[in-house]
Amino acid sequence: MSTLFDKIWNKHVVKSIEGGPSVLYIDKHFIHEVTSPQAFDGLRKRGIPVHNVKQVVATADHNVPTIDQHLPIKEALSKMQVQKLVDNCAEFGIELYGLGHPYQGIVHVIGPELGVTQPGMTMVCGDSHTSTHGAFGSIAFGIGTSEVEMVLATQCLLQSKPKQMRITIDGELHKGVTSKDIILYIISKISASGATGYFVEYAGSAIRALSMEARMTICNMSIEMGARGGLIAPDETTINYVKGRKFAPQGADWDKAVAYWKTLRTDDDAKFDVEINIKAEDIEPMVTYGTNPGMGISVNENIPSEKSIDDKEKPSFLKSLQYMGFEPGEKIKGHKVDYVFIGSCTNARIEDLRAVASFVKGKKKSDDVEVWIVPGSKQVEAQAKEEGIDKILEAAGFQLRQPGCSACLGMNEDKIPAGKYCISTSNRNFEGRQGAGARTLLASPLTAAAAAITGVISDVREMI
Amino acid sequence: MSKPLNIVKSRFVPIAIENIDTDQIIPARFLKATTREGFGKNLFRDWRYNNDNELEPKADFPLNNPNFSGEILVAGKNFGCGSSREHAAWAVDDYGFRVVVSSFFADIFKNNAQNNGVLPVTVSEEFLQKIFALGNEATLTVNLEAQTITIDATGEQTSFDINNYKKTCLLNGYDDIDYLLSIKNEIKEFEKA
Repeated sequence: MSTLFDKIWNKHVVKSIEGGPSVLYIDKHFIHEVTSPQAFDGLRKRGIPVHNVKQVVATADHNVPTIDQHLPIKEALSKMQVQKLVDNCAEFGIELYGLGHPYQGIVHVIGPELGVTQPGMTMVCGDSHTSTHGAFGSIAFGIGTSEVEMVLATQCLLQSKPKQMRITIDGELHKGVTSKDIILYIISKISASGATGYFVEYAGSAIRALSMEARMTICNMSIEMGARGGLIAPDETTINYVKGRKFAPQGADWDKAVAYWKTLRTDDDAKFDVEINIKAEDIEPMVTYGTNPGMGISVNENIPSEKSIDDKEKPSFLKSLQYMGFEPGEKIKGHKVDYVFIGSCTNARIEDLRAVASFVKGKKKSDDVEVWIVPGSKQVEAQAKEEGIDKILEAAGFQLRQPGCSACLGMNEDKIPAGKYCISTSNRNFEGRQGAGARTLLASPLTAAAAAITGVISDVREMI
Repeated sequence: MSKPLNIVKSRFVPIAIENIDTDQIIPARFLKATTREGFGKNLFRDWRYNNDNELEPKADFPLNNPNFSGEILVAGKNFGCGSSREHAAWAVDDYGFRVVVSSFFADIFKNNAQNNGVLPVTVSEEFLQKIFALGNEATLTVNLEAQTITIDATGEQTSFDINNYKKTCLLNGYDDIDYLLSIKNEIKEFEKA
């Protein structure tokens, strides 16, 4: 009678407070430079150590430059923040995969890639896209800096158990439709707040058919519909992915772990607060037209007309279109783009780069488009080079940069100029997200690569 | 330890926009600070100023309208969605707001606000629209102990939910971390099991 979420949650409750939250034990804690300095200050002020440094994984990703990473960071505040992480990790004894380290990268890319992320775990990070790790069948969610301090100090958090939603996607995806399109489609249907207060389990044959990296893209964007996190039951795909990775269990521990992971599934008679069913065949390549990730349509649809919008929501809708420079009812296909960004914790893994390379091989980018490919980690970058992906991208006129969060949120120099359109494989199209005045259109790596070649929003299915 | 909070009676600043995300509350370029202080001056930075210039305030933005003031921020549905940055809660607090009223809050923002002594008050969409329709002289009274919010001029009142634990924390200015540190032995026992 239990859901997958219940099974993991129950195993991690240290105690419950009457009429209040539970004390939830956290197995792994990822930290980065932006949301940790004030937490370390808190520990210093209280004069207390980190509870267990072995359960903390640190990297620098949000602020780092994506060119010339071997040189000192030019921007003074970014440099100071990254240095602060180095100093804090040294002082408290935490191992850091910092700039220049072969494991450095976006925190939600390196966790899975190193085998830190495993089924059945509870995992947190001061970053809302921590939901990514749920793809392995773990409870993973983003937290604020006060909570980072709590986990550093006690390895625990006070949490109220969320409600639960299951989204089942059955059937087969059309060619050229990817897991990014699945999640953009779901959010467009249930809105940017449709899952607030819920933890979401993704299920169904279309999910089972996805690779681990494709599953991570879906779980990653759970937060964009308000969900605290999303998770997918582990299966052979999961076990095969984790096997042999640096921090994966070995020998007898591995066998024991696998036996446990195989029990991690929702019981047939378990009840969810909300159930949503989606047919994979209904999903087309998606793109967003507005300033929240719920404002998505198929590349072949028109932007909604003013008539179709509820009166109360009209001011926000019109404000959003005004920012984007779009008219209600306008066709989106064929609209010009200026920048293409392929990167972020949503879509910067090796499979994303492979898909892009295989599509653009032998093609050239449109002359008036700038294309940035930012790998998710040093390991992804190295693998891309080993496979010759770098050469294919360069020949197409794409810039392959160095790992980091980059233009997803423009904390480093990678900003989109005001008024310019950027088709982006990242997760948020908020006003100013990619730079003040920048206009973001979220899409899959394939749809972004198609726009890079044509210079306009295109249906990638017509090009493969 | 944050400031204890119980009754807040004040005028309010209305921002009748839905889905206000944390990138609007505090843009990412201001997240490079390594302390908790000083974020208030950059609250809603890009909605507040033209050309990122404090000398060019946008006259139609409520924070720049001298008719609006007070310790209560009232905002449209799904306030605080997006990133987990606690800097958003720090900015709201540092600007001087003690209470945020909306018909819906994003989860992480809600936790972050409560962890900084800022009270998120969830009201019905209908009640929220009533507040938006009030004149700028109107005041609201938020009573945490009684879990009520009142439009003072008309006496219209509604109640709001908050779990008892969080309520006690806010009323007394307690932090979660104090509690967690106090049960460290139980946590260690749990780890051994």
